[in-house]
Amino acid sequence: MTEATAITHGIDIGALDREPRHLRMQDETICLEVKDLNLYYGDKQALSGINMQIPKQRVSAFIGPSGCGKSTLLRCFNRMNDLVDGVRIDGQIAIDGEDMYAPHVNVAELRRRVGMVFQKPNPFPKSIFENVAYGLRIQGNPGKRELAEVVEKALKGAALWDEVKDRLHDSALGLSGGQQQRLVIARAIAIEPEVLLLDEPASALDPISTLKIEELIYELKDRYTIVIVTHNMQQAARVSDYTAFMYMGELVEFGDTDTLFTNPRKKQTEDYITGRYG
Amino acid sequence: MNIGQHISQQFNEELEDIRNHVMAMGGLVEQQLSDAIIALVECNRELGEQVISNDHRVNGLEVNIDEECSRVLARRQPAAGDLRLIVAVIKTITDLERIGDQAERVGRMAVRLVDAEMKQSHYVELQHIGNHVREMLHSALDAFARMDPVAALNVAREDIKVDNEYESIMRQLMTFMMEDPRTISRVLDVMWAARALERIGDHARNISEYVIYLVKGKDVRHVSLDQMEEEVRSER
Repeated sequence: MTEATAITHGIDIGALDREPRHLRMQDETICLEVKDLNLYYGDKQALSGINMQIPKQRVSAFIGPSGCGKSTLLRCFNRMNDLVDGVRIDGQIAIDGEDMYAPHVNVAELRRRVGMVFQKPNPFPKSIFENVAYGLRIQGNPGKRELAEVVEKALKGAALWDEVKDRLHDSALGLSGGQQQRLVIARAIAIEPEVLLLDEPASALDPISTLKIEELIYELKDRYTIVIVTHNMQQAARVSDYTAFMYMGELVEFGDTDTLFTNPRKKQTEDYITGRYG
Repeated sequence: MNIGQHISQQFNEELEDIRNHVMAMGGLVEQQLSDAIIALVECNRELGEQVISNDHRVNGLEVNIDEECSRVLARRQPAAGDLRLIVAVIKTITDLERIGDQAERVGRMAVRLVDAEMKQSHYVELQHIGNHVREMLHSALDAFARMDPVAALNVAREDIKVDNEYESIMRQLMTFMMEDPRTISRVLDVMWAARALERIGDHARNISEYVIYLVKGKDVRHVSLDQMEEEVRSER
């Protein structure tokens, strides 16, 4: 050990041997489990035979061409599809082992546990403070000090605090697109969800704001299970631990991101991520 | 694996160019090696000098191809098979450049031995190992061109034979030195040349390992030949 330390100027070479080369699905705790999921919009089948296990406190990315069903699948995870007319779902989705489509499930409570952020930032036309405090206010009657603490914590968690701490009572609509998106994430995490669903969270943002969001995702994954839909393959490669490739409503391949982007198992995946004709 | 068929025609062409340049560099290195062996075995001073003066062309190609690869990495962010192609190319050209250096070394040795007006015997032993590694290099490049992991595996097998051949040459040369100490300095030169040729065999094996990585996505460096064979035969 002393010898190795001397040669490497204090870098522990042993750590290189100990680091696992890839994440392995079988070592993970499962947060969301999908079993034989089919989803129909009227007569049209949008998802067929989806089976997957989304690991806890990891970032899972869904990629695939437009219309492949990735956003539809994402919306299943907090029952957003319930709001769409003519949707029929069979199969099972469980969160921490509980069926989220069971009749007794309180959907509002489910959506508190599973927060969602959309492509276009959608702050309320209220102050920055009130945007973040909103979820807590509708949940109960929090004290003033408690509210201030939670708002600060959420804004810090969303890496926005330093930029807005002097103007918390200004309108949220005066923030830039990237700031608005981080505000929406702060609003989502203020109520301490378990899962964060991100539907193209950076596709309307400039590259620097995009990087900030990606950095934020990286920081948030210690506390939340994150599922992100993205059209940007490089983004999926940068931010995610696991990547799912979907095509025509089916899950083609779901595996650790390192392997999927260097040596995918399925030819369809290879063709898509290398930009070849399908 | 297919290289073409990108939606971006330009990306297709860039990858195709890189591959062609690697093949061109491989061809040049093969020629250098072949000339160096002839120069040594036939005591051809001129050819030896030609090998020495041509080495800069090999070096230049390595630099150019490296640059092309960095450009593709920066601009295209290749993934999967494309990424493995770029990684395999970057590593392959390093080994090709080193083979070029070893060929140059053999060329220098040939010039020196001619200058010292040495008799011709003893180099003949090198002819066999020389031809052997030249064929290995040729097969490795061929496997790369055709993306053929089975052919690559055969190159790795040949390397073991070359290593054995090298050992037996060493033993033979030691016997010469013991029999007649006046030959020592000359035999040492022959030993250096033999060593260079043996190293070329190792580099050819490395290239064949990159071919297996490129096609199968499996890293087969530092594994036994049996494991290597298993990876080659396995379904992806």
